[in-house]
Amino acid sequence: MPKPDPRPESIALLERLVAALAARGIVSEEEIAAKRAATERASPQIGARMVARAWIDPAFRALLLADGSRAASLFGADMRGQPPLGVLEDRPGLHHLVVCTLCSCYPRAVLGYPPAWYKSQAYRARAVRDPRRVLAEWGTVLPPDVQVRVVDSTAEYRWMVLPLRPAGTEGWEEAQLASLITAETLVGVRLPQPGPALPA
Amino acid sequence: MTPRFAPGQRVRVRPVWPEALGRLHLRTPHYLRGQAGVIERCLGRFPNPEDLAFRRPAAERDLYHVLFDQRAIWPEAAPGDTLLVEIFEHWLEAADAQA
Repeated sequence: MPKPDPRPESIALLERLVAALAARGIVSEEEIAAKRAATERASPQIGARMVARAWIDPAFRALLLADGSRAASLFGADMRGQPPLGVLEDRPGLHHLVVCTLCSCYPRAVLGYPPAWYKSQAYRARAVRDPRRVLAEWGTVLPPDVQVRVVDSTAEYRWMVLPLRPAGTEGWEEAQLASLITAETLVGVRLPQPGPALPA
Repeated sequence: MTPRFAPGQRVRVRPVWPEALGRLHLRTPHYLRGQAGVIERCLGRFPNPEDLAFRRPAAERDLYHVLFDQRAIWPEAAPGDTLLVEIFEHWLEAADAQA
């Protein structure tokens, strides 16, 4: 009697698929390993550094808004084969909130893996229909004269928010500014909060 | 190639439900079908995902960022709030055509 294979069937299937792709010269084990490493490296820190730079460098800000993919590649994001990155500029009186109602499109190249809440059916359904209440649950209460612009990321681009630089951060260094930015602020559920100033 | 629609132009998402007739891959949310909005800008040309998903030859189509008034879609929405969504050209028609 043949010994039963202890591996889950899905892993065996994946190995057969990878072997078949390699045999046809479509993708190699090395390319898959490199892609996996790039995905693991991506984290909200990349997006945070891009926002902090944009807050202090008008030329970089212009590039970020005009060509997010190029701006991201300058910060070490691997944009090969990635969807284009679009950047949504918050302005006084305008706040952006990103959701993907169809699936869970997320700017992974500059934010890393999407958090579970972003992929949840509750967020995807409610962010588009009841955005102010969703924001309030994150502690983000916006006055009525601030327009909430929900960006439903349904097609080719991946979107991140360029938030407004908070008051009280005058004279801060780039790294200090970047410490205010999280995945939550980069999709717009939270605003950057300066808190007590860090020692310079 | 010049995009068919210009920024500021009023458009309507076609009020059609082709998914009722068979299995399709669509990137146009249900809640926008038949809704009128304004072209924010053209985002470039992309292979039609409706064909790509089934490995058919996919012609490039213009993709637009279209701005909608939240209140026109959800009556309980706060006045002035908006919704910005990527919609392919073949899902859009000039809003006047339906008026």
